Amino acid sequence: MKSLKRFAGSSLFLPVVSLLVLLLFNACFVDGFLSLQVTEDGRLYGRLIDILTRSSSLIILALGMTFVIATSGIDISVGAVVAISAAVVCMLIGGRGDGVAETPMALAMLASVCVGILCGAWNGLLVAKFKIQAVVATLILMTAGRGVAQLLTEGQIITVYYKPFAYISGVLPGMPLPTNLFIALLMVLLVVFLMKRTSIGLFVQSVGINPTAARFAGINVTLVLFLVYAFSGFCAGVSGLIESSLIRAADANNAGLNMEMDAILAVALGGTLLSGGKFYVGGSVIGAVTIQTLTTTMYALGVSADQLPVVKAIAVVVICLIQSKKAQDMFDRFKARRAKKHAGGKAVDAL
Amino acid sequence: MTGALLEMRQIEKEFPGVRALSGVDFTLNAGEIHSLMGENGAGKSTLVKVLTGVYQKDGGTIRMNGREIAPRTPKEAQECGISTVYQEVNLCPNLTVAENIFIGREPKRYGWIDWRAVNARAQALLERLDVRIDVTRTLDHYSVALQQMIAIARAVDIEAKILILDEPTSSLDEQETERLFKIIRHLQKEGMGIIFISHFLEQVYTLCDHVTILRNGELVGAYETARLPRLELIAKMVGKEVGDVRTMGEAGEKSEPKEEVFLEAKAIGATGVLETVDMKIHKGEVIGIAGLLGSGRTETAELLFGIHAIDRGSLFVKGKPWHPDGPMAAMRQKIGFCPEDRKAAGIIGDLTVRENIILAMQAKEGILRHIPYAEQARIADDCIKLLKIKVSGRDQLIKNLSGGNQQKVIIARWLATQPDLLILDEPTRGIDVGTKAEIQKMAIALAKKRGMSVVFISSEMDEMVRTCTKLIVLRDRRKVAELAGDAVSTDALMKAIAGGAA
Repeated sequence: MKSLKRFAGSSLFLPVVSLLVLLLFNACFVDGFLSLQVTEDGRLYGRLIDILTRSSSLIILALGMTFVIATSGIDISVGAVVAISAAVVCMLIGGRGDGVAETPMALAMLASVCVGILCGAWNGLLVAKFKIQAVVATLILMTAGRGVAQLLTEGQIITVYYKPFAYISGVLPGMPLPTNLFIALLMVLLVVFLMKRTSIGLFVQSVGINPTAARFAGINVTLVLFLVYAFSGFCAGVSGLIESSLIRAADANNAGLNMEMDAILAVALGGTLLSGGKFYVGGSVIGAVTIQTLTTTMYALGVSADQLPVVKAIAVVVICLIQSKKAQDMFDRFKARRAKKHAGGKAVDAL
Repeated sequence: MTGALLEMRQIEKEFPGVRALSGVDFTLNAGEIHSLMGENGAGKSTLVKVLTGVYQKDGGTIRMNGREIAPRTPKEAQECGISTVYQEVNLCPNLTVAENIFIGREPKRYGWIDWRAVNARAQALLERLDVRIDVTRTLDHYSVALQQMIAIARAVDIEAKILILDEPTSSLDEQETERLFKIIRHLQKEGMGIIFISHFLEQVYTLCDHVTILRNGELVGAYETARLPRLELIAKMVGKEVGDVRTMGEAGEKSEPKEEVFLEAKAIGATGVLETVDMKIHKGEVIGIAGLLGSGRTETAELLFGIHAIDRGSLFVKGKPWHPDGPMAAMRQKIGFCPEDRKAAGIIGDLTVRENIILAMQAKEGILRHIPYAEQARIADDCIKLLKIKVSGRDQLIKNLSGGNQQKVIIARWLATQPDLLILDEPTRGIDVGTKAEIQKMAIALAKKRGMSVVFISSEMDEMVRTCTKLIVLRDRRKVAELAGDAVSTDALMKAIAGGAA
């Protein structure tokens, strides 16, 4: 009971409850939503696994976005960076019909992640060093990024026939779950490690809340901002691998399309304010899963892809309203009134 | 009693876990300047916020001219004729003076804003207050003092019957304060009721007719200023006997500087920031930088801490030449700096007391060498105990502390880095009398017991004279005098500041 109460007061409470409500809705209205099956070769599958797998690249983007938003910035270029990263890895491995890789896959993957970091570093340079507003600075890469991806793929959709490439978003032989789920898990663990074992969390929050005071306390604000954008680029690079492996191709126009918006939304649903400061990595992860659950639910209920954004928007509005400050205040007042009534009742009992 | 402009009776206000006001009465007559006094956390701001509709009262009545009012928002309070000018100027620096005065209620002509009328009326309004400036220039052209007066002009123009001034003089120098007082007295003659909140006793005595004292959310009493001796006023504020207060004013013995020089500045300056300043800071010395506001006190401190780059002169730390390059470089030389503007440059509001304390120390260690939680907790608890910081726990958010306690946390932040030189820029501004004395004593104790050098900057001359063994006097961004030993006295200091003009 006590730990339950503590949880109710924690920052994760509302995001988790929102997700649970959504899952409960699914369990009631979508047939076989909760069922899990095991195939003969030991693979787990079911809708829940499907949701988790499909949300992995969004989870990764949301991690990077959380830090950026905590510094009261924003990175709207991540979708385009996903496309660039996808283009790089597919271009390097090559679209040879005989299924031979032109570059060793590990090297190609490393290169595309590095390109992601480079893109992030460019954003970081503009924001941290040249003090360009974050939206404007990342808008440059958002619009130019897809052009860069087009250049790399020479305007073609490069389809990769090299078999192992599919394993990034597929299931490795003998493994129960798809690889991208493990990649997302690794990224989450990396962030948890950074939070627990380094001071980046404290510095990022300080910069987000009061950059002047942070500077006066000796924090290198420029470096912190730069690192945050570079990390977001790194996350986008990794996401690009997953997205391209999923369709085994690099589509410069559609890879990662609108994902920056979903990533920002995931962070917001997770309870981090867009004005920066306190941030909640766990909340962002749950926010990302919530968005994917919503998408899957809509498809399962037969909502067509064109109408999906509308229904999604309605659900998001409801979730945001529940989490808003005004609603919280109302809830607190309601609780206080009840507590008062309760206390009053007890006093009467005592008489 | 009839004729009272404002009567607040039995005001109650409760916050979760705290009783902020209990049964407070307050009466204000027309044409009266009434001071509201009390230590930090006594309930002054809460009472004002109840009156101005920022908070809702939990009990009691507010009557204006005998009619009961219950403002629920600052706008409603304004409509009742209650205007407030806050400590921090709440205007838009990038709009013109006239725009600032009329924002939201611009005079219109055929549906368009009548700019000529806006400017003319703004000019007339300011002239009424004896302020002659170009109203078409943007607000940030003018000093904080003028901005303050513009804020008052705006407040007064909204058909105000009651004007609340919350620490209006905390960032003004003496001349500016005098000018502001003239304006306040002028408004008083027009029959306005004025509530004046200030930590400066002198100002309360020169300006106010009556004073209402609060302590711990309760009313101590309302008095005629002329009949209440200063010591008694302080005694009532802190809830002590008069005898205790007398000793509180004296910080005790001063520090004894050693021969060794920690830092020497030779004709340092920076274009557009500071002309020239020389100084020698000995080990174990409390050295004061005195002067009027804008004389270069803060700028000197900021040059020493590497906030601005020095482009003239030279600095030596322990005899070795040193060129400060950012705060971190200064921190590596074991220099700490508590900035003047606590809210803007000191606290990280949404972080806990613990995080605020270890911040500079962690910055020095770097991103990768994370201080373990247990260690952080120990350091924070030590500091809380050492500086007697009033908190509910080390993980309370710093923004919920009173000003004095926030200041102590910032000082703790620097003490945790174990500096050899600690620069305190206006460490006692806007905090209560008791904490002020504590901070003065602490500065001396640090110099005496730990052999630390302390640079002390304050607008209050008494405080400087009481605390420092040497005073560097600045005027117009250059050093004009140095007082040491027996020469350190209020008279000498005032003469030095006034210089040839006196």
